Amino acid sequence: MARLSAEAVAQARELMSLYPDSRSALVPICHLAQAEEGWLSPEVMEHIAELMGITPAEVLGTASFYEMLRTEPVGRYMVSVCTNIACLLNGAYELLEHAEERLAIGVGATTPDQMFSLEEAECIAFCDRAPCLQVNHRFFGSVDDERFDTLVEDLAAGRLDDDVPHHGVLSRVRRQGGLAVPAEQVRAERAEADRARAERAAAAQAERS
Amino acid sequence: MADTATAGPGGRPGNTETLSIVVDGRQVEARPGEMVIAAAERAGTYIPRFCYHPRMKPVGMCRMCLVEIRGPRGYSLQPACFVAVADGQEVRTTSDKVKKAQDGVLEFLLINHPLDCPVCDKGGECPLQDQTLAYGPGESRFVEEKRHFAKPIPISGLVDLDRERCIQCARCTRFADEHAGEPLINFIGRGDQLEVNTYPDHPFASYFSGNTVQICPVGALTAAPYRFRARPWDLEQVESTCTSCAVGCRVVVQSSSNRLTRYLGVDSDPVNQTWLCDKGRFDFEAVNSDDRVTHPLVRRGDELVEVSWDDALAAAAQGLAGVKHRGGPSAVGVIGGARLPNEDAYAWAKLAKGVLGTDSVDAQLGDGLPAEVVLGLPRATIDQACSADALVLLAPDLREELPVLFLRLREAAVERGVPVIELTAVPTAMTRYASASLTYGPGEVAALARALVAPETESAPAGDGEQPLDVARAILHRRDGQGPGADGDGVVVVLGRPSVAEADDMVDEAAAVLFGAWPEARFLPALRRSNVHGALDMGLAPGILPGRVGLDEARAWYTAAWGAVPEERGLDTAGMLSAAAEKRIEALVLLGADPLTDFPDRQLAQRGMAGATFVVAVDAFLNESSGQADVVLPAAMYAERSGTTTNVEGRISRLGQKVVGPGVTRPDWMIAAELAARLGGDLGMDTVDAVWDEIERVAPSHAGITRRLIGDPHAADGIVAPMPRVPVRLAVGTGRPGGAAPVHAGATDTGAGATQPAPGPIDPMATPGIGAIESQGIPNIAGAPPTANGEVPGIPSDVPADAGPAPRAGPPETQLPVAGPSQPGALEVGPPDVPSSADRPALVRFTPAKPRSVPAPDSYALRLVARHRLYDHGTLVQACPSLAPLAPSPGLRANPYDLDRLGVQTGGRVRVRGREALEMGVLADTDVPRGVAVIDLDLADDGAEDLIDSGRTVNDVRLETL
Ligand code: SF4
Ligand code: SF4
Ligand code: FES
Ligand code: FES
Repeated sequence: MARLSAEAVAQARELMSLYPDSRSALVPICHLAQAEEGWLSPEVMEHIAELMGITPAEVLGTASFYEMLRTEPVGRYMVSVCTNIACLLNGAYELLEHAEERLAIGVGATTPDQMFSLEEAECIAFCDRAPCLQVNHRFFGSVDDERFDTLVEDLAAGRLDDDVPHHGVLSRVRRQGGLAVPAEQVRAERAEADRARAERAAAAQAERS
Repeated sequence: MADTATAGPGGRPGNTETLSIVVDGRQVEARPGEMVIAAAERAGTYIPRFCYHPRMKPVGMCRMCLVEIRGPRGYSLQPACFVAVADGQEVRTTSDKVKKAQDGVLEFLLINHPLDCPVCDKGGECPLQDQTLAYGPGESRFVEEKRHFAKPIPISGLVDLDRERCIQCARCTRFADEHAGEPLINFIGRGDQLEVNTYPDHPFASYFSGNTVQICPVGALTAAPYRFRARPWDLEQVESTCTSCAVGCRVVVQSSSNRLTRYLGVDSDPVNQTWLCDKGRFDFEAVNSDDRVTHPLVRRGDELVEVSWDDALAAAAQGLAGVKHRGGPSAVGVIGGARLPNEDAYAWAKLAKGVLGTDSVDAQLGDGLPAEVVLGLPRATIDQACSADALVLLAPDLREELPVLFLRLREAAVERGVPVIELTAVPTAMTRYASASLTYGPGEVAALARALVAPETESAPAGDGEQPLDVARAILHRRDGQGPGADGDGVVVVLGRPSVAEADDMVDEAAAVLFGAWPEARFLPALRRSNVHGALDMGLAPGILPGRVGLDEARAWYTAAWGAVPEERGLDTAGMLSAAAEKRIEALVLLGADPLTDFPDRQLAQRGMAGATFVVAVDAFLNESSGQADVVLPAAMYAERSGTTTNVEGRISRLGQKVVGPGVTRPDWMIAAELAARLGGDLGMDTVDAVWDEIERVAPSHAGITRRLIGDPHAADGIVAPMPRVPVRLAVGTGRPGGAAPVHAGATDTGAGATQPAPGPIDPMATPGIGAIESQGIPNIAGAPPTANGEVPGIPSDVPADAGPAPRAGPPETQLPVAGPSQPGALEVGPPDVPSSADRPALVRFTPAKPRSVPAPDSYALRLVARHRLYDHGTLVQACPSLAPLAPSPGLRANPYDLDRLGVQTGGRVRVRGREALEMGVLADTDVPRGVAVIDLDLADDGAEDLIDSGRTVNDVRLETL
């Protein structure tokens, strides 16, 4: 799939309407797009640019700034092994080595079947269960070699599909039924806020002069 | 470097409030809202910088400008480009802490910099080199590996990017975004991986990309046409004016070993404010071209053979005299001349109208507007357009035709909120910035204009709806006092020829409607051909004599001045070509014109050229038309001759000469003078200066614009003709570093906006390459070298009363009274005594032609819009190896609805039946309104010109599948 799905386009439009400057919706829209394919392909970035009326270079500029937005393809599961101090002391590098062997790829690579990508991560704030890792930003603590193998098998077999959606899906709780606050209300409130601000500014001005 | 820049760029005009800050213990005046760096600079304290640019918004990216500013907790380091001045603010720019910060910033910037200065184009004029020398640590502690990127990658056909050299100042990205509105280059990545780049496979396809090269403070962005051609210290330079289109951007022309190497934009406040378009910037390649005609040529049988000037001129004179003898003066026609400087245009007008006696002279090739419209409407300046209460555009796509005018107007709309009302047949680059874009069908522009200016009535209130017309009328009828007056006061209309497939009287009629409703409105003509406005001023148009006067009104005046003038009004280009086809005109003189390529009605051009028995071409190239001539006289080109040029505003500015033309080329005025002598006339011209003196004396609209005035360093931005009848002020500045003329010098403007902010010198960090090598000085066609020490040379406070139009009577070499500055920063120039002579003819007035009726559209046909593109297959662009490939591919665009309806497949080829039938590629384009077909002129061999019949009010085409 090259471009965004109709559903994603609709959601993107909704997101744009939430911000006074629709450009502000770029990061959330990138996440939305990433949930579709797991990464931001050139076609998708161009589609986003088209939707938002900006240039692809601007989309890439933002997307390439953030670690969690991927501009290169990654596997269905992004395995991020923490190697920061607490994990390191608890055998993170041994775990990472094991992961490399088990997945038969080096850090930064993706398995040929496009299932797993492996990366080294800084502290993911799960130090009490060191060594630990994230798969698509879901936490797994106290991981030893054996548990790692089980985890990989479970993921590959689809047994964890409910807990770990494919890469790019940030939240399993998709918002259903449109915006929590209708767009008109957002607009009305914004207009009201603008008016109040203008009034305050005018009052302050008057006071000064 | 610090000593080379002492004062800042002009601040906001009109803001007279000041506050005071303390810079290094010195009390200094500052303007509210300006940044510390600018206030300090104006006061003579130069703070180093990379990312700050006076024409762009600050970003505070590079930290080079760190200074100590006192706050509640004592002094702290803050970026001077990002902190606004406040009353009583205390700033230290040379403390140890500041020096340490500068050291540190430069050491950091150089960590990843390749320091490959020996192979870098910027070396020698590089702000990074210069400021490292002046403020840097001298040594680096960094021993690790630097980051590496592929060395230069082309990001467009014109610009190469070397990411290793980039110091991430964001000047290029801000220019592309803020000024061009095309953010095609951006920062990609983060931290030490940050790079400037385009989106993969999306080139930096902007008409303004060269500006990023000019302002890049390092050698990261380089221009392909200049790459490795020269070293800055080998360059000679001269200040000049771009004549690639009629905006007249101020430039510096640089050359090395008698070859042009590059042009740089000069920060001329009323005109181009630093920026150039890529066509103007890079078309010096045409001057350097090996395809130039270098020697006079005469036809012998099928061949053009090289002959001496004597023989060629004799042949030309003999041919013209013979035709005149047989068919009378009206059997001779002169086409073209928009390429000529004013002096040359005047010489040719005098030759054609005074010596040959024909009035069939036209600088426009059926793609402009009648001279009476252009000259007769009250003229606006670009600045007035940029501060209008309502800006009405009835013009072609300005980005394609007058690119830097587009930049100025875009900025006015985006940054200053000037409401833009656009009347157009197809969307243009301005459409997205317009408050209201009103679409008309070809031929219906006058009707739309009528609807726009219709008075507010009960039944038709001025716009409460959301339709573009309502929005537009609401702007015109604003009630909060900010809008334009009911008489059009505050309205500026940019008036051009949106499509050559519609007759010019369509625009004429619309202009009459607008002018009729808004007598106080001003008009900015948007004709594109280089010095076409100068050519019209100089009388290269039928029915017009030099100085914006009509043939009949000025008959007596010019008979006195020249001895004779044509008896009756002549023909325009279309008329001349028809007459030639019918053998009523036998001889054609082509002044740098190529009607076979450029005239919108190709069939007529062919018949006309075939019908003419004797053709003289004065040209720099052999093109389709000049290749058919009987005599070809090689003309000097841009930068090979001096003189003056006139832009859309009527602003007269100087052209500099920097190189000597190839072979035996000569400036056009000289050719005219020689030819006149052989025709038994005497133009009375022996220097280009003498020509100007005669223009000033004779041409009513140019009275008072003496060489002395044009040559004054403080008038470097040019003088708008005609001189107003009220005193105007020439802004006077401190002069540029090196004692040359100030760059921002305000010019005299007619009417409102007559004063410009006082000029400041060039900031070498803002325009690397100009400031650094200014020492070559500027030419002064007035002969008076600019005075040093900011001393002001005399400017006549009154112009010698009418010296009379007697031919050859030189201006009295009197001691002109020296007008001392009446107050610091301003010089008063007295009004020229224009009406002092009773018989000096009045300037032409706009009299609209009779409207013609437009046939109703037929539902099987599409109505044609024919537009020009910036890069085309015209002689000039094609002579530039770097620009030629940028011409877009030809084709016809139409709305997918129409293509569907007519059963035409998009992307394929169709037979297009207009005046002729031809095969063309066709593209679906939802931007094109229904019922309209758009073609681009002057592109490749598709011959779009074959479709147009210039005699019709509108042109329709039918599409047929093959
Ligand atoms: S390429 Fe040049 S102008 Fe652009 S950010 Fe880098 S140094 Fe600045
Ligand atoms: S806008 Fe016109 S005058 Fe200015 S640089 Fe371009 S071609 Fe030259
Ligand atoms: S160090 Fe690994 S989670 Fe904190
Ligand atoms: S941060 Fe001030 S000039 Fe760059």
